[in-house]
Amino acid sequence: MMRSKPDEDDYWNSSKCRAFTFDDDYDELSSLKESKRAVNSIRQFVVDEDEDEDDMVKVSWSGEPIGSITWSIKETASSTKQEQSFPKIDSGPSLPRQGSGYSLSSLFKAFSEPSTRNFAPELRKPKSEYKDYVSDWSPEETVKRMQRGKFCSLETFRSLKDKMQLLDQAVCANDGNVITAVCTHVFLQKYFLQCKLEVLSRELMSRDVALRHYIHYLKEMGEQKLLVELFKSLGRTEDMALLQYREHLSIKDEVRRKEYLKSCISLPFPPDDAGHVQDHYTLLERQIIIEANDKHLENKGQVEVFKKHPRKASILNMPIITTLYYSCLQFPFKLSLTLPSTISEKQYLLTALSARAKLKEWLDVGSLFTTKNWLGYTKKRSPIGFHRVVDILHKNNAPAQVLQEYVCLVEDPNLKISLAQKYKCHDIVIDMYKDQKDRQQLIVYQGKVERGSPEDKKIQDILNNTQIRWKN
Amino acid sequence: MAHSARRDAPELPDFSLLKRLARDQLIYLLEQLPGKKDLFIEADLMSPLDRIANVTMLKQHDVDKLYKVENTPIFSTCDQICFLIRPRIQTVKWIADTVNADKAAGKFRKYKIIFTPQKFYACETVLEEQGIYGDVSTDEWAFYLLPLDDDIISLELPEFFRDNFLEGDQRWVTTGGSALHLLHSLFGPFSKVYGIGRCAKMVYESWREQVEESEQKAQKSEIGNVFLIDRDVDFVTPLCSQVVYEGLVDDIFRIKWCVEFGPDVTTADKSMKVMLNSQDKVFSEIRNEHFSNVFGFLSQKARNLQTAYDKRRGMDIKQMRTFVSEELKGLKQEHRLLSLHIGASESMMKKKTKQDFQELLKTEHSLLEGFDIRECITYIEEHINRQVSMIDSLRLLCLLSLTENGESQSYGIEHLLTFANLRQLGLLVEQQPGDALTAMESKVGKLVNDKTAEKLTGAFSSLAKKSNFRALSKKLALVPKTGEEYDLRVPRDMAYVFSGAYIPLSCKLIEQVLERDGWTGLEEVTRMLNGNEFVVTGEAISDARFKTDSQRIILVMFLGGCSYSEISALRFLGREKGYKFIVLTTAIINSARLMEAMLDNHV
Repeated sequence: MMRSKPDEDDYWNSSKCRAFTFDDDYDELSSLKESKRAVNSIRQFVVDEDEDEDDMVKVSWSGEPIGSITWSIKETASSTKQEQSFPKIDSGPSLPRQGSGYSLSSLFKAFSEPSTRNFAPELRKPKSEYKDYVSDWSPEETVKRMQRGKFCSLETFRSLKDKMQLLDQAVCANDGNVITAVCTHVFLQKYFLQCKLEVLSRELMSRDVALRHYIHYLKEMGEQKLLVELFKSLGRTEDMALLQYREHLSIKDEVRRKEYLKSCISLPFPPDDAGHVQDHYTLLERQIIIEANDKHLENKGQVEVFKKHPRKASILNMPIITTLYYSCLQFPFKLSLTLPSTISEKQYLLTALSARAKLKEWLDVGSLFTTKNWLGYTKKRSPIGFHRVVDILHKNNAPAQVLQEYVCLVEDPNLKISLAQKYKCHDIVIDMYKDQKDRQQLIVYQGKVERGSPEDKKIQDILNNTQIRWKN
Repeated sequence: MAHSARRDAPELPDFSLLKRLARDQLIYLLEQLPGKKDLFIEADLMSPLDRIANVTMLKQHDVDKLYKVENTPIFSTCDQICFLIRPRIQTVKWIADTVNADKAAGKFRKYKIIFTPQKFYACETVLEEQGIYGDVSTDEWAFYLLPLDDDIISLELPEFFRDNFLEGDQRWVTTGGSALHLLHSLFGPFSKVYGIGRCAKMVYESWREQVEESEQKAQKSEIGNVFLIDRDVDFVTPLCSQVVYEGLVDDIFRIKWCVEFGPDVTTADKSMKVMLNSQDKVFSEIRNEHFSNVFGFLSQKARNLQTAYDKRRGMDIKQMRTFVSEELKGLKQEHRLLSLHIGASESMMKKKTKQDFQELLKTEHSLLEGFDIRECITYIEEHINRQVSMIDSLRLLCLLSLTENGESQSYGIEHLLTFANLRQLGLLVEQQPGDALTAMESKVGKLVNDKTAEKLTGAFSSLAKKSNFRALSKKLALVPKTGEEYDLRVPRDMAYVFSGAYIPLSCKLIEQVLERDGWTGLEEVTRMLNGNEFVVTGEAISDARFKTDSQRIILVMFLGGCSYSEISALRFLGREKGYKFIVLTTAIINSARLMEAMLDNHV
């Protein structure tokens, strides 16, 4: 999902700006622009005397400060690439380095913190020396030693009771690192086989903290099979199903992925999830067909829409709405016949609208909303509110005429008039004020339109009309 | 901008000591592997390392070439290799593959893994299983604390959040304890520790044990009080859109040790990495400001700058010389910073306009206020339908679920179940009258074609099972009364960080506890937050002098991350009450990072 996000953004966020207010402070942005101009005009003067910029960090082309570690790694990376293309026997002279005369280690040894753990000395002791007292350690002592990172043998905890005591002690200490370590020792794979999963799960069921650590550990280790078995024996079949479903992410080949998804449908999901997995399968199946077809068409280069809007990414594994959008870009209403039942009318409309508006097919946009009644009159209807439609059209740079048509359809008069003002649909504003007999507003509005323009004239004509009985 | 700060606020301790300590220890570790060596560094350690060391220093200690850990075969020709990594199983597996590939090719080298901040048994198990235990030596670099700014220290462990709260893995508890222990031994003794949350309690215990085991030398205390808080005490705050300058920059450009401004900001033809901290004089004045104040401030600054430059007109040679030697450098620097932040503001404004930010904010505020919920649901539904942004949709859904959990009555009992069962996302039911949330769930299911959404919201609703946001909000007066004008230029409380609509719960708790010197009187609040609150008083401080200063320096540790808005709010609180807050966090988060941490689509 996330990997394909930029592509989706391209599909969806290609619309233009809309006026935005932050506490209605329109003017702030323009004042900011002024400041910017002012600052930029100063630049001339500054650039002239810019040689002594010793307070500025030198940066490389990529913007990393030169001498920084990040920069240096990039340098190594590019030189490695060179080495690959021009194989050399010698790795070449390394960068010059300044010899360091002194060593910090002697200084640091004295400084060494008590918490610094040291494994090596313990390991170096002859075996006979610790063997005897190792076995005497209680669970408490063992856990304590483990927390300090000291060597410990867990082999001495042999009975199930001892093992569980050790585990409980680890949980008491709250140290996740130790809990996981004890879990892995206590539940070695061979132990799994010997003592059967039922025993294990019985013990773990009452030890939630330990269980969560162990599950996380198995996840990180990629012990898929073991985890599936564990969930099964714990009776957590839904977790098991999810885990198996998750595997599809690691399958790169889409046909194999599709087959795998098919096999997932029968897993013990809760009923609703099962439907979801089924849908996922159906979607991918469809996408594979579309992809193969379109790739072919695009390569032939005869389809107009691919020339105008080259495919930015494969449609495979895209969400269903993106797939719908993609289809609407090319075959306006073909897909609507086989519309998946899971897409609501609203979703379809929004998607089709965005797609057709992006292609600037205003006629298509119109037909999306047109319904005929039994007398054959056509009427425009929208389940999503025409102010939304106007917004989407505006973002796709619809011409004024088209915008005006849809602003007209907005029902709420207040909303309508504010939209009309925002998108400069002068006729609508003027007519509405005229209908409301609001002379004052009309005069105010006249100040906003260009002097001498047709709008200006129209307002003047109305104001001069003595027939109208103004309310103010 | 100049707030009426209390003059008697104490000075912050100097945390550069932490960098020096970490650097010296790294040098010591590198010297443990004498001779020429190549160093492989984990990607997310590169920038933190840049803050405390540099290439020259590494070269001085026989590091030949530097590489990034990339999970691909290595091309090093050096016969000693050192890996500097986080204790992650995936990385250790890659190292094991590398070593085994060398073995198979008959190459013999010395390997050393330096785990930071500590190693885990699980990592060693990997080495053992792959048959290279003993071929590879291991060490630990106790690099716990990276000072990001004068008052921010980070553990740089973004995975802390997911590991602890979602997976239930307590592997970082000891790390948290050690971090506190380090600060305690350098800047302590702390005299009082307040805390809330299960993890906070465990971290406190771990720290206490470490203190008991080590000797504490008597020293002058620089930090008096500590406040530990779990992220799951307050999920609402980090899910809100940020509108304070620094937070907004983080939401839009993603501050990651530094921020990368594209050509649209720099007005040059390449992008530029910029450090944003208190060293940047322009930034330090606007970072805590509500975004709407920033324009005016920058404009004023630009005008002042113009005047300052204009002074040179009509100067004689001598005056000019003084001008150049005394003022020009400062002016030039200010000019550079000013044009950068003007560019950034402009670019952010454009991006937010495109997103219909105003409406998004309105919805968030309604959710926080518990007002017009139907309209909010419609908005969220449409947000999902139009596929504006998946992360934002999920964020809004989580906010809805968190803020509305306690208010089930108004929806009827079936919605109590719906909310609690948000985990059953991906339902494919057709919309039924009055069943808005179920329909929405089905839409999220369609939005993403795998289980991401389910995992995510499921995780959140289970994390925040007992979210009593509405009741908490009332009890703590988090949402100011509607109808009152809120002048963002002169903030009257911490709510200004969210346009006056909401006081961050986390910060309000801190304020209340400090004011009451404990949890007395907050019993109902802590009950709604699932308890786990505590307060511990350390050794009494006899010297009255220390009492006054260090007592007003408060270390706030966020377990699971905190946002810039929270930091701004605490800075405000500090100015009001004469405290100085030091924020210690496992990582800096924002809503997007929080959501992404929940995604489960990587293998």
